[in-house]
Amino acid sequence: MEFWLKVVIALMLAMMLWRLWPAAKHMLEHGPKGTSKDWMGVALPIGAVVLFIVFLVMMVRN
Amino acid sequence: MNEFNPTIARGRESVLATNKVIRNTYIMLSMTLLFSAVMAAVGMAINLSPGVSMMMSIGAIGLIWLVLPRFENSTGGIAVVFAIAGLLGAGLGPILNAYLALANGPQLVGTALGGTGVIFLGLSGYALTTRKDFSFMGGFLFVGILVVFGAMIANLFMEIPALSLAVSAGIIMLMSGLILFDTSRIIHGGETNYIRATVGLYLSIYNIFVSLLHILGAMSGDD
Repeated sequence: MEFWLKVVIALMLAMMLWRLWPAAKHMLEHGPKGTSKDWMGVALPIGAVVLFIVFLVMMVRN
Repeated sequence: MNEFNPTIARGRESVLATNKVIRNTYIMLSMTLLFSAVMAAVGMAINLSPGVSMMMSIGAIGLIWLVLPRFENSTGGIAVVFAIAGLLGAGLGPILNAYLALANGPQLVGTALGGTGVIFLGLSGYALTTRKDFSFMGGFLFVGILVVFGAMIANLFMEIPALSLAVSAGIIMLMSGLILFDTSRIIHGGETNYIRATVGLYLSIYNIFVSLLHILGAMSGDD
């Protein structure tokens, strides 16, 4: 990738960081907190996604 | 007794409004994905250069940041969403052409496309059927996105293949979390604007597809 393109992408990402930071900070400080039971409810589908991607990788390797 | 109960009536109205947002979001999401696929085919056919593709992606981000907030409460917002989907779809053209040039390219693209569909439908189905409230994930997801952006900036100049793969894996996990978060927000009335909801889910699907394609391409041994 050409250097100027890398700089443009880096600037774009930095702008996104700058724009997202206040929202992230607000959500961390004032957002609802989950219990361990709530997080287990997230771990199940995300774990399934991980296993599914491993399956897809194995499929394209064979 | 046929007494009018305002609490139940309000509850029904709220459920109907939520169902309407869900229905409109999924209808618009399927239309924008279809439009994106058509524009990706156009981008491939006219052999867009990576530079133009990058400009299109920047244009789409500009529309999301600057134009969409002004039109999201009017029918003009629908045109903006299609413009975003069109730009991002056409911008995929050079990436798809590069992967399709590989020996097992069609298999990789097809697997990434099907895999993205299964992930989205599975996660949306999970959020819709369990009706769990995933709003507590907001802070974690935002911080995760910031960390991934930081790693992406660093890796633009360091060019470490393993970090690049880790970023793609991180994006898939974060976007999966965002699908749960966004769907749960619609169900529980946190998101009442189907135009905003569509853009959120569209971006999650788009990012999962691109990242999955990257991982499959690298792991298949042809990248």
